[in-house]
Amino acid sequence: AAGMFLRLLSDIQWRAAHPKWRVSSQRSTSTTAEPHPVSLPAQAQVVICGGGIMGTSVAYHLSKMGWKDIVLLEQGRLAAGTTRFCAGIVSTARPVSIELKMAHYSNKLYQQLEQETGVQTGYMKTGSISLAQTQDRLISLKRIASSLNVMGIPCEIISPKKVLQLHPLINIHDLVGAMYVPEDALVSSANVSLALATAASRNGVQIHERTTVSHVTIQKGQVTGVETDRGRIQCDYFVNCAGQWAYELGHSGEEPVHIPLHACEHFYLLTHPLQEPLSSSLPTVVDPDGRIYIRNWQGGILSGGFEKNPKPLFTEGRNQLEIQNLQEDWDHFGPLLSALLRRMPGLEALQIMQLVNCPESFTPDMRCIMGESPTARGYFVLAGMNSAGISYGGGAGKYLAEWIVNGYPSENVWPLDLKRFGTLQSSRTFLRHRVMEVMPLMCDLKVPRWDFQTGRQLRTSPLYDRLDAQGARWMEKHGFERVKYFVPPGSDLLDLDHSKTFYKPDWFDIVGSEVKCCKEAVCVIDMSSFTKFEISSTGDQALESLQYLFSNDLDVPVGHVVHTGMLNEKGGYENDCSIARLSKRSFFMISPTDQQVHCWAWLKNRLPDDSNLVIEDVTWKYTALNLIGPRAVDVLSELSYAPMTAEHFPSLFCKEMSVGYANGIRVMSITHTGEPGFVLYIPIEYALHVYNEVMNMGQKYGIRNAGYYALRSLRIEKFFAFWGQDLDAFTTPMECGREFQVKLDKGMQFLGQEVLLEQKQNGVYKRFTMFILEDHDTDMDLWPWWGEPIFRNGRYVGKTTSSAYSYTLERHVCLGFVHHYDEKTGEELVVTTDFINQGEYEIDIAGQRFQAKAKLYPFSSLFTQRRRKDEVELSGYQRE
Amino acid sequence: FYLTPSQVNSILKANEYSFKVPEFDGKNVSSVLGFDSNQLPANAPIEDRRSAATCLQTRGMLLGVFDGHAGCACAQAVSERLFYYIAVSLLPHETLLEIENAVENGRALLPILQWHKHPNDYFSKEASKLYFNSLRTYWQELIDLNSGETTDVREALINAFKRLDNDISLEAQVGDPNSFLNYLVLRVAFSGATACVAHVDGVDLHIANTGDSRAMLGVQEEDGSWSAVNLSYDHNAQNEHEVERVKMEHPKSEEKSLVKQDRLLGLLMPFRAFGDVKFKWSIELQKRVVESGPDQLNDNEYTKFIPPNYHTPPYLTAEPEVIHHKLRPQDKFLVLATDGLWETMHRQDVARIVGEYLTGVHHQQPIAVGGYKVTLGQMHGLLTERRARISSVFEDQNAATHLIRHAVGNNEFGTVDHERLSKMLSLPEELARMYRDDITIIVVQFNSHVIGAYQNEE
Repeated sequence: AAGMFLRLLSDIQWRAAHPKWRVSSQRSTSTTAEPHPVSLPAQAQVVICGGGIMGTSVAYHLSKMGWKDIVLLEQGRLAAGTTRFCAGIVSTARPVSIELKMAHYSNKLYQQLEQETGVQTGYMKTGSISLAQTQDRLISLKRIASSLNVMGIPCEIISPKKVLQLHPLINIHDLVGAMYVPEDALVSSANVSLALATAASRNGVQIHERTTVSHVTIQKGQVTGVETDRGRIQCDYFVNCAGQWAYELGHSGEEPVHIPLHACEHFYLLTHPLQEPLSSSLPTVVDPDGRIYIRNWQGGILSGGFEKNPKPLFTEGRNQLEIQNLQEDWDHFGPLLSALLRRMPGLEALQIMQLVNCPESFTPDMRCIMGESPTARGYFVLAGMNSAGISYGGGAGKYLAEWIVNGYPSENVWPLDLKRFGTLQSSRTFLRHRVMEVMPLMCDLKVPRWDFQTGRQLRTSPLYDRLDAQGARWMEKHGFERVKYFVPPGSDLLDLDHSKTFYKPDWFDIVGSEVKCCKEAVCVIDMSSFTKFEISSTGDQALESLQYLFSNDLDVPVGHVVHTGMLNEKGGYENDCSIARLSKRSFFMISPTDQQVHCWAWLKNRLPDDSNLVIEDVTWKYTALNLIGPRAVDVLSELSYAPMTAEHFPSLFCKEMSVGYANGIRVMSITHTGEPGFVLYIPIEYALHVYNEVMNMGQKYGIRNAGYYALRSLRIEKFFAFWGQDLDAFTTPMECGREFQVKLDKGMQFLGQEVLLEQKQNGVYKRFTMFILEDHDTDMDLWPWWGEPIFRNGRYVGKTTSSAYSYTLERHVCLGFVHHYDEKTGEELVVTTDFINQGEYEIDIAGQRFQAKAKLYPFSSLFTQRRRKDEVELSGYQRE
Repeated sequence: FYLTPSQVNSILKANEYSFKVPEFDGKNVSSVLGFDSNQLPANAPIEDRRSAATCLQTRGMLLGVFDGHAGCACAQAVSERLFYYIAVSLLPHETLLEIENAVENGRALLPILQWHKHPNDYFSKEASKLYFNSLRTYWQELIDLNSGETTDVREALINAFKRLDNDISLEAQVGDPNSFLNYLVLRVAFSGATACVAHVDGVDLHIANTGDSRAMLGVQEEDGSWSAVNLSYDHNAQNEHEVERVKMEHPKSEEKSLVKQDRLLGLLMPFRAFGDVKFKWSIELQKRVVESGPDQLNDNEYTKFIPPNYHTPPYLTAEPEVIHHKLRPQDKFLVLATDGLWETMHRQDVARIVGEYLTGVHHQQPIAVGGYKVTLGQMHGLLTERRARISSVFEDQNAATHLIRHAVGNNEFGTVDHERLSKMLSLPEELARMYRDDITIIVVQFNSHVIGAYQNEE
């Protein structure tokens, strides 16, 4: 690649100018006597594996934060893998907020990097234009534009005519509009990486090329060192930035660290210069409907794309093929070339220089992988960039460095956290199939509530076939199949592709009738995917430990259920659980599906190392049936011959009882929706029996199946927050109206207590708020999703975190956080109840603002039962 | 009304058959990679037949197409029997003895042929005993004759053809006590069939041809283009040598009546054929057999009709013309086809269409730009063309089908015209024969690597 020539040039100059560089390897281009490799240190605080953009960025940021004892190892040459080949486009237009922030930071960092290091980075602020061939595409661009604008990143939705002014080569005849981001940039990615390495090296980081890490040694769940082909280095922290080899490196040790990513071939084209060479300031063009991107490159163009039929590779591992030997495949590139010539017909006569095959690694959910291993403390990962490595590189390196140094990054990175995955996403077959879906998704239109289609039916409830036969439509969470809704027999829903819409979806009435049934009769929802742990001890160890790790008081009578946050030192939610006290010394803990790995690691790392304290993951042992609705009590009492009324079975209560023939069913009087009802935790072998009994008995009460969409509508209209969607590690109970779930006076210290105490006295800086859309036409207007900017008196105050249509209110409900920024300084101020109540609010959906009424408490009219105040599930724990 | 492309495809593909020579240890050691065959009827029922088999007691593979006339009985019988006659002719003395001993003692017989048949290619069960007895008589004679010489393929082919035709004639004269069989053998003898058979053994390719079917070799020139080499001569009025031969075999007085309207005795298009005893037997014999034969035969005007100017039979022979060809690496494939194909397509076009089809399927080389000057537009054109070729090629997984598609559907520009194809295939049965003949095609693909290796050995 010509990028390589560039790199070699700068490389050599740079080495001459910076003798501090530790050349530990032979230079293949050199004919002079080889310098002796500098030997590896015997120990270091941090060892980073991988000299691409990720590894060098982590080294750069760690050293900036004052850590000096750092060694970076690269098996080949610095910036020689994907980093060398990548297209060098820095694009901030990202749909996920945290990714947007990373890209924004990267852009700012690269801009000043040349000045800081003296290494030419090729940084050029060209701007970028994202084209829309369809109205739906334009809507998705408008949504991104809204979130860029509120972050202060200049961004504009422009007409096709304006596109032509910005880039004279573009054929605009099939365009409906475009998004222009003037500050997006181009860089030479290899040189950015080298610049970061230079700065890191100056700050004391040791860099060793041609050094291969064979495996990482882990003792008692803690990293102790790395073994390389040039000897061992003892270390406290290891950072796996091995790019597409990260998976294998993770599996090379005795205790595998699962890093689910898989490489795909990625092609782009380089051309000779145009007759009149293209200006280097010409904006980059992204044509997602044509699946291509086009940037100026040395007077010609560089154009690649994300084809519909990607070619995964290295499924069996490395050493089948060297990256350098990958073949050009013109036939494969054909459709993208067609799209290119359709977009820029004037390029017909342009001469081809090369078709570059540059493998990229992709992850199962199209988001990158960052964070600490759940099983090995000190083992950090930063990889799986889904072809956006150069855009994320700066920001991702910064967050990971903060994570290592401070224990957690300065932003919520849960969407990127390695612990969102478990071993179940680590199958090579799964990854191969999934990345073949993910890579085309880079360009596909992403509408609300889309689901992955590959790698499905991995974890299922024992009732799966029964529910499927009754018309269940499925979505997947953490590998588990969950019902969205049930299509009644004979009803004619459009198939998946056609139901993709930003407007009212075709299941609207179906979910409406499920909600109605929950309100008026009784529904069954299979909620088996929840993470379930049992914690027990011989003495009081379990209670004492949990009292420290959870903010609510767990020293309750046996049979009581407690909603509580699992908070970090800053009072933020690491998890949101329901805990039932089964006996004096044992507890049953329910938390969201995707908490299985994270929560386990959190508890394992914090529970005392005591053989008398046992924690067990019993997720797979129980099928959970949620009986929601006023008649649930009738169904259950008929099946158990036990009185189930509030006097005998109060709310937030847990009891083992028999249902039908089956004994030992854990019944809890919670429904996660605020509606009356019960969740039955059924040992899996009884699941079918209990389900059949419930459905038979329920018939006369009008029972029916329901899915998560109904649950979601119910919980959101009642202002229930959901961890992972509304709540995260940067949200405290005080900020979401859950002070009542915090027992500051429970007589012992707990994690996060100090921060909560402080917030109680001084107030909070953001406040979870419910918004009812006022002038929104459900049939005609775009639906809210999440991530929509919230405006108070015309000023941006925060974003929504979830939304749903309330069939009861017949209005859309959005939940989100309101901040108070000082009008002059932008400084964050305390958010008071008055501040919330005294504003005029608008929600921005794809650039269109809708009036909204803010509420800090749910409508009491929605609760059918009056309960003891402290038992009310109100803004209690819920999830979907 | 038009047939949809998928209806067209199901018609075209109804009779297609492919055989790939199995590999051992990942290597195909045969000079034949495999073959594709197909047939498209115009007559109802179709009068063409095809056969393919691997010789199990000697080396080599046999492939043949048979074009029947005056019914399909003769073509059917020849398609079942001829390869056994050839295989037996090729067998060494010891093997013949072994086989005879096995039959004598009721032991299991060594298998002689492995057939490669489409499910529609049937063998008549009723006649198998009769056919077997005739064949056994033949090998018994071969045993008695034991010349001690190694079998020459040319000789074997000629002997087999002649012997089978002789047996067909004899069986009809002798008759059979079973009335069904009796009628069958008569129908076989009174109908006719041409045969074009290939025997491939290593680099030795023998074509034995009787009649107007044709064998053609597809050769890839150094520049990649395709040319056709004929490996058979049509035995019809267009072949001067053939006309000459017929005239030589009969008195000068008959010279004018021998070939009339390009037909033998003004009646028969092919100048050589199996069966057709009406052109072989004496008038007396014909009359005797017809009169003593079953009523169906007696009532048939055609069988009773004696050709005009019928003075010095036989006028017709089944003796084949044999051409031997040493295969070279540039010989990529062999097409055997009945005249239904050759009437509509020039052999040069056949060579090109099959050649491009086979290379498209198997040797579509990846494109590399390398140091060449290629523009985006040129590359785009090239890729579009390749895609178009792949998609039309992928429509047919069988070279014979692909050829039939062109034979029936080609417009004046030499490309397949769906409208025309649809029209030709939806003709009613009674009209079809006026617009096209039965077409039967076998495309044999050669293994250039093995052939190259043979060549190096020599």
